[in-house]
Amino acid sequence: MTIAREIKEPKVTAELAAEHGLKSDEYKLMLDIVGRTPSFTELGIFSVMWSEHCSYKSSKVWLKTLPTTAPHVICGPGENAGVIDIGDGQAAIFKMESHNHPSFIEPYQGAATGVGGILRDVFTMGARPVANMNALRFGSPDHAKTRHLVSGVVAGIGGYGNCVGVPTVGGETNFHPAYNGNILVNAMTVGLAQADRIFYSAAAGIGNPVVYVGSKTGRDGIHGATMASAEFTEDSEEKRPTVQVGDPFTEKLLIEACMELMATDAIVAIQDMGAAGLTSSSVEMADKGGLGIELDLDQVPQRETGMTPYEIMLSESQERMLMILKPGREDVARAIFEKWELDFAIIGRLTDSGRLVLKMHGQTWCDLVVAPLVERAPSYERPWEPTPAPAPLEAGVSTLTQPIDAILEKMVGCPDLASKRWIWEQYDSQVGGDTRFLSGQADAAVVRVHGTRKGLAITTDCTPRYVKADPVQGGAQAVAEAWRNITAAGGLPLAITDNMNFGNPEKPRIMGQFVGAIQGMGEACRVLEFPVVSGNVSLYNETNGEAILPTPAIGGVGLLHDAELAVGLAFQREGDVILLVGETKGHLGQTLYLREILGREEGPPPPVDLAVEKRNGDFVRGLILDKLVASSHDVADGGLLIALVEMAMGKGIGADLMPLAGADAGMLFGEDQGRYVLAASAADAATIESRAKAAGVPVTRLGITGGRALTGVTDTAISLEALKRSHEAWLPAYMAGGSGLD
Amino acid sequence: MKAAVIVFPGSNCDRDVAVALEHAMGEKPQMVWHRDADLPQVDLIVVPGGFSYGDYLRSGAMAAHSPIMREVVARAEKGVRVLGICNGFQILTEAKLLPGALLRNAGLKFICRGVDLKVENTDSAFTGHYQRGQVVNFPVAHHDGNYFADAETLKRVEGEGHVAFRYVTPAGEATAEGNPNGSALNIAGVFNEKRTVLGLMPHPERAGEALHGHTDGKPMFASLVETLS
Repeated sequence: MTIAREIKEPKVTAELAAEHGLKSDEYKLMLDIVGRTPSFTELGIFSVMWSEHCSYKSSKVWLKTLPTTAPHVICGPGENAGVIDIGDGQAAIFKMESHNHPSFIEPYQGAATGVGGILRDVFTMGARPVANMNALRFGSPDHAKTRHLVSGVVAGIGGYGNCVGVPTVGGETNFHPAYNGNILVNAMTVGLAQADRIFYSAAAGIGNPVVYVGSKTGRDGIHGATMASAEFTEDSEEKRPTVQVGDPFTEKLLIEACMELMATDAIVAIQDMGAAGLTSSSVEMADKGGLGIELDLDQVPQRETGMTPYEIMLSESQERMLMILKPGREDVARAIFEKWELDFAIIGRLTDSGRLVLKMHGQTWCDLVVAPLVERAPSYERPWEPTPAPAPLEAGVSTLTQPIDAILEKMVGCPDLASKRWIWEQYDSQVGGDTRFLSGQADAAVVRVHGTRKGLAITTDCTPRYVKADPVQGGAQAVAEAWRNITAAGGLPLAITDNMNFGNPEKPRIMGQFVGAIQGMGEACRVLEFPVVSGNVSLYNETNGEAILPTPAIGGVGLLHDAELAVGLAFQREGDVILLVGETKGHLGQTLYLREILGREEGPPPPVDLAVEKRNGDFVRGLILDKLVASSHDVADGGLLIALVEMAMGKGIGADLMPLAGADAGMLFGEDQGRYVLAASAADAATIESRAKAAGVPVTRLGITGGRALTGVTDTAISLEALKRSHEAWLPAYMAGGSGLD
Repeated sequence: MKAAVIVFPGSNCDRDVAVALEHAMGEKPQMVWHRDADLPQVDLIVVPGGFSYGDYLRSGAMAAHSPIMREVVARAEKGVRVLGICNGFQILTEAKLLPGALLRNAGLKFICRGVDLKVENTDSAFTGHYQRGQVVNFPVAHHDGNYFADAETLKRVEGEGHVAFRYVTPAGEATAEGNPNGSALNIAGVFNEKRTVLGLMPHPERAGEALHGHTDGKPMFASLVETLS
């Protein structure tokens, strides 16, 4: 038996509070609430509860403006994840969350624990996780750290997701110098539950046991939430000890044990210990239930000796859950966790005091009223400046100045468009046996709902260069693109999760980006009937004062009543008619063509007409569900010709594109929104055209599939083989150490 | 046919192979928890894929020493058919039911993709429904699938027809190009001497229905059901 050394806590002062990230007025507010000088443990609890990461103090006034309801929404933001009804008594539960700062400091563990954390957010609500996605943003490929970060993050995501047995079915990976000092790792999990078996986090039942399950608590990750709420500087490497370490094997056991326990009636409430660990889970559960909670920290399973109450409460050790059990059900629960060889400990009781009381070694270390920790957390209406409208491009920009085949070869091999096979082949995308499409094979990943014919269509989207140029249009575009990608695969878009990655909100220019993006997103969500059901905000993504591109990553989920009806983007056979749905105006501002070929990041982004977006999308989805479409792809990064090349490269089936002969850069590479390219048999194409006429949707013929090349656009055929080589070569060559550009 | 699927902590393809078996058998296999004392009387035992015990030691090494594996080995010696897929293959080599070992992939990275395989021997309960030399496509998903054995063992395995599946190009050639992980002689799956135990890295249960894009795994389960019923 070890005898605990005597614990001496430092005296709390304004300076110590400042070191904990509390501003002087926040410190005063805390003193006012507590009515005395708080203990060191109490200060730690306030500092994490009031951190940007946990309190959303800069963002919540704006987040409240987003639409969060619809008839199919079972639970919107505020719980561990969002819940939507997918019919037949089933629910899909999902959320996306960032792990940006830890992944930059320690890419493998940072990314791995990001996956672990988002999985727990979903299975804590009673859902078995069925799909993982991720949205990754790295710095310039030329930056010294980028290769190391890509390698570590991808290995971390794979290492965790592969082991827990949840397929990683897609996502997006982009590169831009604005992320050189601040990469983004946004992980999304989708799970399935019975709609009448969803578990929430509000504590209930005075006297009910508070139970800790999962891994033991160590000193890792202390102040992770606070770190995630501050800017980076050159000495960020020193923060490595604040990064948590993941154990996917324990997570797998925890999933199975929780699923087994959730099949009984033992649980009153459950919450994972994520950011701010035992502090946020116990405080939030008690607050939601309007109750007090008393914990005996001696009972918390500990991995290290001599831990203090402060350390136990602030640890972010992974793979832990806190739950409230019904009285008398402790033994049922204990037997299940013992079977799975996980720690199980009754660490406290719910009380009627409304207070958080923490005891250890016979002393009281914390005695705070619960409610103010949450409800009186600071909330700021930070000053913001609207982003000035960018100057339009000059009229002559649409004249092609380079041969089309050379442009294509360069664009399909550029870092943003190049094949990400090197990444996704490191993820187990098939486990579960329900994967229909990875994102990349279709515009959205499609995963069958196990044991049914239904399918979930899942996507993550954002075009940060658009958001930077015009946050309102860019925010709307991110939502519209998610909606469009689900539609292009045949899904009915149901709801989104948003992962708002921005710089320092205390700078009015940055806050203006946030506000604009929220306004654009909100408008798109309303028009497209695509509410926000969960989300996460990551601010202070700056290093040495340089902010990232504003990146409101959108994770969208849609439904197919039959997963077999989903269509991919590759041309399927020769002789299909290629159709363009939507209008092309030739918008070149902020396009990849402009950036990659002309070396300019300028102009306004393409405007989003939400009514047209909805009309075109509803039209396309109807065609797919009526089995009129063989291939379907939205027109996005790189514009129309890139969309066609991607469809052709899928199975190596070319196309004759005579109608595009003589087209200019705007026509070929413009990124006008609300457009889809479809391929259909001649008979089906005729049906589509007559339906389009009736619906008032612009549909034009682009050509016919066939051969091994693209003909008709230029005088000579453009070889698919050369394009495919360029497309596939870049990332493996880059990761092998070459520049990949020669 | 009666079948059992062994479930270790960290197994994650147990449900998938159970689904494939159920499609073929018309009834569910029995799921046997690694600590269950009794292994039921069955005609086929499947050791599924996953990360048993986290594979924090050598892949499969911990599971091979679990009590249930002693029982599996005893049944195998009596001629009960045993199928090990992916982590299951690793466990069967660690348990010495199959020759050789699975090392880290030559490329050092996890690989998940469809691979072309040549069926080398159809004289078994597992492969009877394939044609000899047929090229089939199953997905692989592993970090440690690089088959290794000493020269003498390889000679014996090859000479006595114990190679079940070989990685090949789409044209059926067992070249380096067709070898995803550096396996000796492009070996993807091997039998024991009596061809009553099969281990393979690729996942036949992931190529079992139209949704998977390939159905080449189905004949393996159909063959087992026909032979063992």
